[in-house]
Amino acid sequence: MTRATFKIWRGDTNGGELKEYNTDVVEGMVVLDAVHDIQSESANDLAVRWNCKAGKCGSCSAEINGMPRLMCMTRIGDLDLDQPVTVEPIKAFPPLRDLVTDVSWNYRVKEKIKPFKPRPPDAPDGTWRMDQADVDRVQEFRKCIECFLCQDVCHVLREHEKHDSFIGPRFIVYTAALEMHPLDTEDRLPELKVANGIGYCNITKCCTVVCPEHITITDNAIIPLKERVVDRFYDPLKRLFRAITGRKS
Amino acid sequence: MSDYRTIEHDVLVIGAGGAGLRAAIEASASGASVGLVCKSLLGKAHTVMAEGGMAASLANVDDRDDWSTHFADTMRGGQYLNNPRMAELHAKEAPDRVRELEAWGAVFDRTPDGRILQRNFGGHKYPRLAHVGDRTGLEMIRTLQDHGVHQGIDVHMECTVLRLIKDGDRVAGAFGYDRERGKFRVFRCNAIVMATGGIGRAFKVTSNSWEYTGDGHSLAYDAGADLLDMEFVQFHPTGMVWPPSVAGILVTEGVRGEGGVLRNSEGRRFMFDDIPDLYKHQTADNEEEGWRYTQGDKDARRPPELLTRDHVARCILREVREGRGSPHGGVFLDIAWIKDRIQDAPERIKRKLPSMYHQFKELAGIDITSEPMEVGPTTHYAMGGIRVDGDSQMSSVPGLFAAGECAAGLHGANRLGGNSLSDLLVFGKRAGEHAAAFAKDHGTTSADEGQIEDAARWALAPFERVDDGGGPYQVQATLQTRMQELVGIVRQENELREAVGVIGELRGQASKVGVRGNREYNPGWHTALDLHNLLIVSEAVARAALERKESRGAHCRIDYEGKDPEWGSKSIILRKGEDGGMEVSTQPTLELRDDLSQIIEENQA
Repeated sequence: MTRATFKIWRGDTNGGELKEYNTDVVEGMVVLDAVHDIQSESANDLAVRWNCKAGKCGSCSAEINGMPRLMCMTRIGDLDLDQPVTVEPIKAFPPLRDLVTDVSWNYRVKEKIKPFKPRPPDAPDGTWRMDQADVDRVQEFRKCIECFLCQDVCHVLREHEKHDSFIGPRFIVYTAALEMHPLDTEDRLPELKVANGIGYCNITKCCTVVCPEHITITDNAIIPLKERVVDRFYDPLKRLFRAITGRKS
Repeated sequence: MSDYRTIEHDVLVIGAGGAGLRAAIEASASGASVGLVCKSLLGKAHTVMAEGGMAASLANVDDRDDWSTHFADTMRGGQYLNNPRMAELHAKEAPDRVRELEAWGAVFDRTPDGRILQRNFGGHKYPRLAHVGDRTGLEMIRTLQDHGVHQGIDVHMECTVLRLIKDGDRVAGAFGYDRERGKFRVFRCNAIVMATGGIGRAFKVTSNSWEYTGDGHSLAYDAGADLLDMEFVQFHPTGMVWPPSVAGILVTEGVRGEGGVLRNSEGRRFMFDDIPDLYKHQTADNEEEGWRYTQGDKDARRPPELLTRDHVARCILREVREGRGSPHGGVFLDIAWIKDRIQDAPERIKRKLPSMYHQFKELAGIDITSEPMEVGPTTHYAMGGIRVDGDSQMSSVPGLFAAGECAAGLHGANRLGGNSLSDLLVFGKRAGEHAAAFAKDHGTTSADEGQIEDAARWALAPFERVDDGGGPYQVQATLQTRMQELVGIVRQENELREAVGVIGELRGQASKVGVRGNREYNPGWHTALDLHNLLIVSEAVARAALERKESRGAHCRIDYEGKDPEWGSKSIILRKGEDGGMEVSTQPTLELRDDLSQIIEENQA
């Protein structure tokens, strides 16, 4: 057992500061365990959002020693305990209290993206046929647990605060999951180009680095969608082809 | 007068996991105005953690499967204490509910001919679980969420309901608070669907998230509804046992479905040592046959690792108690061994069990493609809950419906893996439909201010009390430890009596708990309020367990070993008495229709 020092951000919408807490840590503990121990021992009202404690719900996002991480999947043994461990709320969204932030913007953004619209069923019994090879790509995107760490690390949102003109990596992945769904017939490229601002992403790949589900956000979702937007709106030959044939792509 | 915001809906759905979302979608489709209350953020409910799949007799992998076999499997798994009507409806309607998810965008794993793939699971005769790797729950909740937000449902996130409001016998609304700001909300409505999930947080070692504090069970109980079968708490055989801080986190049954085996410290596959008579005819008696079954050989019988969860959990406990356990007090679950049988085993394991691979790698530093996992039983699921009508899901309180884990009946004495996700969809839909119809047919309600004022006073009381340093977390931790010790997998009369006493003492302590800070997102306050619910469900489990003097399904009494035929046709009901105390009574199980009885007989061969 070791005594460890944590500096946890305490505050609310009006601001706050890092406060120091000490607690015992044992082998195998994760940061969320330490936060719970501190809550139970000395800070009953320390606000933290969490649910599954198994990396499946994406609730306990925070910045641990400055890195966007899930508290439940960050083992204390992997941190340098000679220094205090800092735990702060994610910064791309307004703080509510302590480690809890207001992520409601994400829910509003998602609602604006056109929903799934399947083609008519393939079989008389109302079912479809899809090959595993064709759903692999979409299944990667659908692993997303909506922890919003990719949103947090994205400089377009974090530094430039373009929340009104850019949907962020999470919702580009969401759009990709719909656009690349073998059954989907909807067209989301016009919005992706204009209102959803895919052009703002300059593929620094920070989102891919922090994704706890290891989704290759930039290479598999963002770049292919950027290409589709370019093909549709900027390729003169394809524009001519569409003008003649009247087809979408 | 306390300060609160009033919100009106025709139907209020409390709980936004699979059952709540499905109920809300259905009620909304029926034309009702619907409010959906989530204790957490939308899409984070406990359904997200379900791994293995949802059971439905699609017969995509084995065309011998049909609803009647699924029905018979469910009844056998529940030791015939199930509500047969619910088991019938569930088996008949599950395939449509799964197909409907696909139409809403879910992307299940595929068969070679492009249909929904199904996997083997404990107690299911044929491969029956539609799945997405080992993250089926996430796929389900996300599909329902993404579909649901376009259906005109009002979603109230991070809102906890503290009390139901009644108008005479009927439910008329709910009183709660939004956790982010700590402000009170009063929901006025004509029908309520309770979909709050389980009670796992009453125990120390559990696979359940913090939300699982039996809210729906106790809200309904306080409003006069009957609770049924509360003694049946499922201890999932395979939870993580090491490191200590992650003890209890679920290891999916899918590991065993994909060929994983259980071994003790001597390397013996101990599950072959004790195969119950009820399952002897359909269980492999040698390792070779068991392996062939997991690889899709239709002539092979399933390996004993895929016996029902109650039985596997007890076998693991036996090995540990008799000194043949693993270093950290569990047994070994080995999937890495399949490399002796098939090529590219590590890739296959990562593809079929990605989140298990991830979970062990990151939390325990173990690579499951090359070394065994250590596992042991963990509190997982409440078979018992609010007594409901099998068709409509209405409880004994008019206008109060329940679906999913907080409702009782479908699973009897033990739930089969995979039957939970399909339960959520089948009965979520039914509850939503019938709640909307009830709201339409029975007109508006009214409720007096007195109930609201009383609830508000109760909710704020912890702030008035001195925080003596004991605090809500300590009471909760004591309850969890004592429940685990006294009302766990193996039970006996003196311990159960002690548990009832302990719960009474803790109730006294809980009523004195004070909290610090203010009302905005204050987890100390929330924990203090949740204690009321945890204590009610704990008492219900302990009292029902004391009453049932036999061992059946998930309920194991060492002082009453084996099944007692007399208890095989009785259920236990818990109800709030006039004096506020908990009344225990028994009632005969529901009559089995002749055609259903015949199906069961045919499937015994």
